[in-house]
Amino acid sequence: MTSINKKAQQRSVEIISNKKVGAYHHMVFAVGDMATFAKPGNFVAISVGGSNSSMILRRAFAIYRSSDRGQYGGTIELVVAPHGQGSKWLTGLNIHDHVDMVGPLGVNFGIPTEPVNALLVGGGYGSAPLFGLAEVLKERGCRVDMILGASVAGKIYAPLEGKRSVNSLTITTEDGSTGNKGKVTDVMPELIKKHNSEIIYSCGPMPMLAAVDNLAEQFGLMHQCAVEESMACGIGVCMTCVLPVKDDNGVIKMTRSCIDGPVMDGSRVVWNSNRQIPEGTWGAS
Amino acid sequence: MIDPSNFDMRVKFGHKYFDSPVFTASGCAGSGKELSQFFSLTELGAVVTKSIALKPRSGRPTPRMAETPSGMLNSIGLQGPGIDQFLEDDIPWLVANQARIIVSISGETVDDYASLARRLRVVPGLSGIEVNISCPNVENRGLVFACDPVASRDVIEAVRRNIGGELPIIAKLSPDVTDIVEIAGEVISAGADGLALINTLLGMVIDIDKQRPKLAGKTGGLSGPAIRPVAVRAIYQVHSKFKNVPILGMGGVTSGKDALEMIFAGASAVSVGTANFGNPTAAIKVKREIRELLMERGFNSISEAVGVAHNE
Repeated sequence: MTSINKKAQQRSVEIISNKKVGAYHHMVFAVGDMATFAKPGNFVAISVGGSNSSMILRRAFAIYRSSDRGQYGGTIELVVAPHGQGSKWLTGLNIHDHVDMVGPLGVNFGIPTEPVNALLVGGGYGSAPLFGLAEVLKERGCRVDMILGASVAGKIYAPLEGKRSVNSLTITTEDGSTGNKGKVTDVMPELIKKHNSEIIYSCGPMPMLAAVDNLAEQFGLMHQCAVEESMACGIGVCMTCVLPVKDDNGVIKMTRSCIDGPVMDGSRVVWNSNRQIPEGTWGAS
Repeated sequence: MIDPSNFDMRVKFGHKYFDSPVFTASGCAGSGKELSQFFSLTELGAVVTKSIALKPRSGRPTPRMAETPSGMLNSIGLQGPGIDQFLEDDIPWLVANQARIIVSISGETVDDYASLARRLRVVPGLSGIEVNISCPNVENRGLVFACDPVASRDVIEAVRRNIGGELPIIAKLSPDVTDIVEIAGEVISAGADGLALINTLLGMVIDIDKQRPKLAGKTGGLSGPAIRPVAVRAIYQVHSKFKNVPILGMGGVTSGKDALEMIFAGASAVSVGTANFGNPTAAIKVKREIRELLMERGFNSISEAVGVAHNE
């Protein structure tokens, strides 16, 4: 069992940009040296609703990009989907407003020591952390191919500057409103063969990650995925964001996605548990 | 006003003194390590550990959590490593980091509690035992000992017999009973040195899109500021009957003001639980504010302030 990200800190941070992009908001926060420690795959947890809010739990957001120098010092960028009350409150804030942020949290994506051909697969706003990852992989001399999928065109998050860090970008939508009609896994096999992919990184809804892992296994590829489970604290104390994961000895344990994830080895995750405690799980009654 | 450094923050349970009146609530501070990223655990009265059982427990399926107005429902189901690994991993780490430790224990039978007490009796570095007889997240409602005066008494007697006379026993009670004062009386006469008031209330949220309960476990324990008035009421009722039994008050404590309500109602100390989820440094804030607010009101110590709401 691992422990909380040793670089995590809690601080009041200022919003320096908040722009609507398609179905999402791109938000930039001045975070000081929190940015220095943020790596692709890490996330932050933000208090929402203000000091008299009835929303008592933090909201977790994957870090889209971070920069440790610039006009505002260190910055962290997020892509926020205003789905629930908390994210709607956050995206409704103005420039110069402050929020209470804890970060960087969680396990980041592992970066290969040798240049490899990497395939990055994102669903919806799950694409956000993949662009920062793509930049790091490119700096290491990797080939980076990316597939982004969503239900409709408006839910694809693929900013121009992000596209520069990938060798190829393939888009899929379930309704065919942009790119290929279908799912990310429909185009994956062909792209894996074409680009001779050696490792898969993924981020998005759990059913998509499960399908991606299935293909990774078929092709015998390493698969690092950032899992999505709802969290109450983000710092490892509430035990709500658990999922069944095999440990080093192959024992299935209910494992916290905030501390032992969100980035996990796809082959360790028990994908077909259907929200039950799988048979044989450590401590199952 | 007195010098803040002279303000007496000490509290006492059984034979043990604690330097701070702020504890973490069981199940809301992980193993202690996680919060130590944000503050020194020596700032706390004690870390109250997650409730530990004899054997490992996987806990319940997900979703385990639903946010509610000023609160949350949880249905963790006492996930934990079991007493063996807990004594091997968690306790040595807390001892090495100089945290005061109250171990919370949970069992399915009276014998489970007795066995856990025997195991803990010989462990160095502990400052107390919290006997959790009130977790609502169990399959059989009949297993909530704290709903039955006789079962509550049996558990506390068994722990007292097996733990010896040195370590204080704090019995954690459920507010989901007709008469919490009666249950309190039973556990006190069975040998409890203090009471933890209150555990979560049993609740439910329905997902109106899926038309099903939102939690996989269907029901869950309600915590957070939403339940604070229930906690204050329970503390007040119990303190008015048992003035000399220290109470560890909990249920939605987020600020010093919240803590003062409980102290004035009769709590000798408070635990911060759900507030840790929203603010990792909540316990430190509560501790600082308790001292400020009590000094502003002319108190020189915590103990002077306990139960003043009962004064004529």
